[in-house]
Amino acid sequence: MTSFLIILALALGVAVIAQIVRIFELSSELKGGTPNWVVTDRDNRGQGNMMLLFLIAFFAFCLWQLLKYKDLLLPVAASEEGVELDWLMNFNFLIITVVFIICNFFLFYFAFKYRGSKAGKALYYPVNHKLELLWTIIPGIAMAIIIVLGLRSWTKITRDPIETGEDILTIELVSEQFKWTARYAGDDNKLGFNFYRLITEQNVLGIDSTDAASADDFIVYNEIHIPKGKRVYFSLRSKDVIHSAFFPHFRQQMNTVPGLQTMLHFMPTITTDSMRLITGNPEYNYVLLCNKICGASHFNMQMNIVVDDSATFWNWYDEKKAKTIFASNMTAPPPGKVDPPATPDSAGTGAKPDSVTAKKPD
Amino acid sequence: MSANHGHEHKDHHDDHHDDHHHHQETWVTKWVFSQDHKMISRQFLVTAVIMGVVAMLMSTLFRLQLAWPGEKFAFVNWMLGDKWGKDGIISPDMYLALVTIHGTIMVFFVLTGGLSGTFANLLIPYQIGARDMASGFLNMFSYWFFFASSVVMIISCFVESGPASAGWTIYPPLSALPQAIAGSGLGMTLWLVSMSLFIVSALLGGLNYIITVLNLRTKGMSMTRMPLTVWSFLITAILGVLSFPVLFGACLLLIFDRGFGTSFYLTDIYIGGQALDHTGGSPILFQHLFWFLGHPEVYIVLLPALGIASEIISVSSRKPIFGYKAMVGSMLAIGFLSFIVWGHHMFLTGMNPFLGSVFVFTTLLIAIPSAVKAFNYITTLWKGNIVFNPSMLFCIGLVSTFITGGVTGIILADSALDIPVHDTYFVVAHFHIVMGLSAILGMFGGVYHWFPKMFERMMNKKLGYLHFWFTFICAYGVFFPQHFLGMAGVPRRYYTNTEFPMFDHLIDINIFVTICAIVGAFAQGIFLYNFFYSIFRGEKAPENPYNSNTLEWTNGGGTIHGNWHGALPVVYRWAYDYSKPGKKEDFVPQTVPLEDGELDAGEDQVKH
Repeated sequence: MTSFLIILALALGVAVIAQIVRIFELSSELKGGTPNWVVTDRDNRGQGNMMLLFLIAFFAFCLWQLLKYKDLLLPVAASEEGVELDWLMNFNFLIITVVFIICNFFLFYFAFKYRGSKAGKALYYPVNHKLELLWTIIPGIAMAIIIVLGLRSWTKITRDPIETGEDILTIELVSEQFKWTARYAGDDNKLGFNFYRLITEQNVLGIDSTDAASADDFIVYNEIHIPKGKRVYFSLRSKDVIHSAFFPHFRQQMNTVPGLQTMLHFMPTITTDSMRLITGNPEYNYVLLCNKICGASHFNMQMNIVVDDSATFWNWYDEKKAKTIFASNMTAPPPGKVDPPATPDSAGTGAKPDSVTAKKPD
Repeated sequence: MSANHGHEHKDHHDDHHDDHHHHQETWVTKWVFSQDHKMISRQFLVTAVIMGVVAMLMSTLFRLQLAWPGEKFAFVNWMLGDKWGKDGIISPDMYLALVTIHGTIMVFFVLTGGLSGTFANLLIPYQIGARDMASGFLNMFSYWFFFASSVVMIISCFVESGPASAGWTIYPPLSALPQAIAGSGLGMTLWLVSMSLFIVSALLGGLNYIITVLNLRTKGMSMTRMPLTVWSFLITAILGVLSFPVLFGACLLLIFDRGFGTSFYLTDIYIGGQALDHTGGSPILFQHLFWFLGHPEVYIVLLPALGIASEIISVSSRKPIFGYKAMVGSMLAIGFLSFIVWGHHMFLTGMNPFLGSVFVFTTLLIAIPSAVKAFNYITTLWKGNIVFNPSMLFCIGLVSTFITGGVTGIILADSALDIPVHDTYFVVAHFHIVMGLSAILGMFGGVYHWFPKMFERMMNKKLGYLHFWFTFICAYGVFFPQHFLGMAGVPRRYYTNTEFPMFDHLIDINIFVTICAIVGAFAQGIFLYNFFYSIFRGEKAPENPYNSNTLEWTNGGGTIHGNWHGALPVVYRWAYDYSKPGKKEDFVPQTVPLEDGELDAGEDQVKH
């Protein structure tokens, strides 16, 4: 039914346009006089007025959109870095909104104000070095501020918390078409070594069971839990094509690249339960999305994230660990068949035999 | 020195010019394998219009899926068949294919080949006072490579495994492995073949444009007297010649990885239940190579449109373009900077954050010359006597989209702020407005403005007005709301946004966007009608319909093989003496000598 209506609407649209065209043709024939391409004073008035009308309508439209959609955007950031980024985003938006309004205003207002006429005369005004200097310097200053503030946050957010020796919870996220799999580093907070040739149906992440660090690792599917108030460090890799681990609520994102180990980290500040209260939606969930085109089901590659307060989280953690200690549910790799890469930091792969080294949790 | 030789040679040539060529033309050399820049320009334009319609229809199809996911449309089944449009629903594979081919055609075939091919070909010889391109033969090849490339791209849409569907940026491993996505089979191979042909076309064209501008300028046409259109084509051609070969290299390596078992881009991959033998490559290498073209490409698309706008805004405001030298300087600065900013597409690839910081710095620097350009356009309107030709409307629209899309670039260039909006609809909104809309509006402006130089007839102004307002309003209606989708975290290239609850409440925006897209698509019917009707039945064009100063309007009207009867025009002044005080008319063509004591390039005004 809908498609029928749409087709009908389209057909009508075509008919209407054809008729309008016909009317234009006839009317210009009737008028004779000026050829149908010569712009008359009347045209200039008409189009000049349209410019003013558009200016008003455009700003009204933008305002309407802002009011209508502002509540539909992401709720408050649920991580420490998210709050900082939201502040920076608002600050930058303030600057660009001012530029957007001023420039569009003068553009359409001048187009309206200086609409021409036969009798009109334009001002010969080819250059003014002072003006040009002014509007080179002002954007220059604005850019300097934006760059300094932006890079300050960027450096902070992309720092390596292992290097700075921070207290972190290490989780590995592995992407493949079209799902995420998580591996918690266990009590030693160290991820055991992995290698893509070790992947089998049982050992889905290709973990080397001979590495002592992998003994207490455990794998979690579908939904992961993370604690509020502790920095969570995600070590990222991909089994097949490039994906991107996108945490919209925590304002964090990083690509997962086959052959390259990447990472991101953030400090969750709002538990799932609190967020449900904030949004007034008892079903509200944090999600991890894939944000790099990865195949036909790219749109349907997500994972639920639950932020718990510390006690609830550690209960969940112990329970999960007891059920799924990694070493107990995998088969050993075929002996002698595969070797880890000879040079740990050979260009491009970045896969280190000792994988991620992290500080023990307190 | 060599320029002087050129002039002597040409002067000698002039007397016999007409006799030389007219008798040798056959139907084939005039209409098909023509070496005449005006015919080649028309061939580029018509091909680009056809490709543009194809790409626009594709976008309308996938917009339907986004607004009404799962809704059955009988004509979708009719168009795509049972395999790709079963029960009238676009399949996820076909959705990605449509997105990919839409992007490829729009960026390369319409806004690179179509825009530069049409206007650089038409205007460079005309505006610098040359008989034709430096090499008409290469120019002819440039078009036919473009044509072949277009044909291959269209054919790729009809292969059994489907067209390329890894996005227009074809990142491996997705684009390298047919087991990852069906479109990476034969469809991808044809995509790579088509792009290779396209690159040949772009290089032949680009070299020709550069050489023509540097060597064939007529007497008196110094570089600083060239219209900004020619400057923009020159800089564009230089960017293309320096960057397209890198894309060719990237494509070649991808072909090796796909066909010959090399591992330039592939390593450590486990897919379809088996570990691949490829090892030691880096998928990120491809992204570096691709964006080394890809970012200059943005300006290859944008600069010609800005050049066209500079000319049209000046002519229609009846004022000299404000700050000619600053305009040239900013285009040079943008051109240079465009080569050292490619990393801003890759902030989140795991690249060293410090390297990211460097790219933030260089990218945000581009905002300065861009801002200068926008301010100069606005100042050119100030105290003008604006004649609203349809072309002028499109150019005002261009400045607006250049501003609106440009400011969101500041957000995306800031690596920290890029994190939450990277690869979301915010990016889609940004680049469609700043690059897509600006360039296409500039292209429309150029078509309306120089239609008489191409077809000796005029387009209907009322249909032009109608076309502009529908297009402009719908374009903002399509892309402005997408900023909000992006801020709400909706990733791009999602087949549907309603598969899980997170984005359910945003369906209204998608419906609004799609309706605007459909109306906008229909509005292009007005243009197509006006365009084709006017080619055959439009009113005859006079010699200089807009009272312009540039040389293309000094040839007595009509399309003449060799561009001018008799001697080539001689240039005495810059192209922007509009409404100059003390002159009888409000324009002074470049061929009018300076009076005693009169200074060129508006220097008199500076002195006062």
